[in-house]
Amino acid sequence: MSETKSKSLNKQEYWRANLTWVGALLAVWFLVSYGCGVLWVDQLDQIRIGGFRLGFWFAQQGSIYVFVVLIAVYVLVMQGLDRKFRG
Amino acid sequence: MDPVQVWTLGIVIVTFALYIGIAIWSRAASTGEFFVAGKGVPAVANGMATAADWMSAASFISMAGIISFAGRDGAKYLMGWTGGYVLLALLLAPYLRKHGKFTVPDFVGDRYYSGVARVTAVVCALFVSFTYVCGQMQGVGLVFARFLEIDVDKGVMIGMVIVFFYAVMGGMKGITYTQVAQYCVLIFAFMVPAIFISLQLTGSPIPQVGMGSQLVGSDVYLLDKLDQLSTDLGFRAYTEGTHSKLNLFCIVAALMLGTAGLPHVIVRFYTVKSMKAARISAFWALLFIAILYTTAPAVSVFARYNLLETVQDMPHAEAPSWFTNWEKTGLITWQDVNGDGKIQYTGDDAEAKGLPANELNVNRDIMVLANPEIAQLPNWVIGLVAAGGLAAALSTAAGLLLVISTSVAHDLVKTTFLPDLSDKKELLCARIAAAGAVVVAGYFGMNPPDYVAAVVAFAFGLAASSFFPVIIMGIFTKRMNREGAVAGMICGTLFTALYILYFVKIAPEKNNAEHWWFGISPDGIGTLGMLINFLVAAVVCAFTPKPPAEISDLVDNIRAPQMDGEELEISDH
Repeated sequence: MSETKSKSLNKQEYWRANLTWVGALLAVWFLVSYGCGVLWVDQLDQIRIGGFRLGFWFAQQGSIYVFVVLIAVYVLVMQGLDRKFRG
Repeated sequence: MDPVQVWTLGIVIVTFALYIGIAIWSRAASTGEFFVAGKGVPAVANGMATAADWMSAASFISMAGIISFAGRDGAKYLMGWTGGYVLLALLLAPYLRKHGKFTVPDFVGDRYYSGVARVTAVVCALFVSFTYVCGQMQGVGLVFARFLEIDVDKGVMIGMVIVFFYAVMGGMKGITYTQVAQYCVLIFAFMVPAIFISLQLTGSPIPQVGMGSQLVGSDVYLLDKLDQLSTDLGFRAYTEGTHSKLNLFCIVAALMLGTAGLPHVIVRFYTVKSMKAARISAFWALLFIAILYTTAPAVSVFARYNLLETVQDMPHAEAPSWFTNWEKTGLITWQDVNGDGKIQYTGDDAEAKGLPANELNVNRDIMVLANPEIAQLPNWVIGLVAAGGLAAALSTAAGLLLVISTSVAHDLVKTTFLPDLSDKKELLCARIAAAGAVVVAGYFGMNPPDYVAAVVAFAFGLAASSFFPVIIMGIFTKRMNREGAVAGMICGTLFTALYILYFVKIAPEKNNAEHWWFGISPDGIGTLGMLINFLVAAVVCAFTPKPPAEISDLVDNIRAPQMDGEELEISDH
């Protein structure tokens, strides 16, 4: 009985930790695409990096690079969580 | 035949032989193999297959050209068609894989304990896939027509025969491994000209870097030069945008949510072994897609710069051969308005700036196809681009046809009407459905409905407003019930469909910012449809009974981590 109870608690903790990470990563996802690529693009365009205006770069390049990194981070985080909860 | 056609024909025949060879080697023997490739596809291979499945004729042929004319606003496609993979990896793919059936309607039907919910989902899946597949067959026809001077209709027919071969015989297993080959062909075909042109213009072999570099032999940045050329000719500066923020926001969101809700993309994540593999293959998929999607805006810049530099004030008699070749197809048109025998290409502000009126019309779709010719690259590169365009269109068409055949054979015939159907008969039924779908898609490829341009908006808007909310609520809330889900799906989809239909078909003259609700264009309305879906579902759910207890267990099981050595279900038999 006690074993099942601690296991189900574990599952809940696992789910909560998962949701926290998903929330954090989606916040970054939102900031780089809708933030840097759409809402603040004109302000960011005042900054230049090489031949790029920064807002233009985020809209056409940067956001995509960040998306790839976000999934990579999530894959690694979940592998860590899986290992931890298997004990 | 000229040398370009010989190269094109050679490369196309070699790649087609490759696809057929793979199809024979990997043909499906059971429903599990036919629908989900036996669920044993390695994560990297699935990533590649997903990338080919996803990148259609539109991504390969049209996107860079559209961005070339849209400038910064083109970012909506770049972000919209990649950002959805973050949602897939974080919110959908691992859980749907854990549930372990064949299709999205399977999940919807089980989670909402309802045949009505399942059939609604099937209808949405069929509609989205059919609208999408017509464009692919047409893309095949166009490539054949331009590069090999074959009739568009005959080109469509050749495409049908090839797809018929490996989709009907090989099922998901055959499609998966041909898509891996097709990804390699299409990415090679896209990158080679991009690298060549980047070297020519900026000296950098990496197009993503070249786009932000200085022009060869000067200290002027390419983008600055392009901005200046554009404004000098009365166009808008390339790096500036015109869309309102809210509209842009909604379009990007609709494309992302639609990507995450497209059945032919989701089904790819059913073909891997575990939840972990589903996450990893989403990573590979986006990485492989990002290679093309970060190169495309560079190609747009190069193509636009080359076009403005080459044709301006050139006497028409001296126009290069690519110009006259494309004129023959009607995709470039030139009208000597001021009668000076020279080509004048100017923008909307031409009159205000005292420039001559515009005389040139360039079809956006030809920018990628004409690019190697404009940059005077070798003949084999031009042939390669044709093979790449075909690979992109065929791989997406095959993925869509499979969703159609699965929906008909598995979700409708087997699960809804004839639950006692044997595995063998279900497989036969799936093959017949796939064959039927090829014929229908081919017919629409030859006789495209007049709303083709709106079709993409349709498919994404509907996927965003139907599947995405229903799946999310099914995984992340236990309280959501049958009544809420069905009501939400119907309201969200109907609203989106009617809005698009009204502005595109019934009152196209009103299709502008003045008449749009909140200034949201039909491309972006799926976002509002999704919100309506969520809202209606929440309200209906609050006034109707809780779902039965076993649903809570089902959701718990989907959320739980997969244990070591825990094999996920291969089929539901």
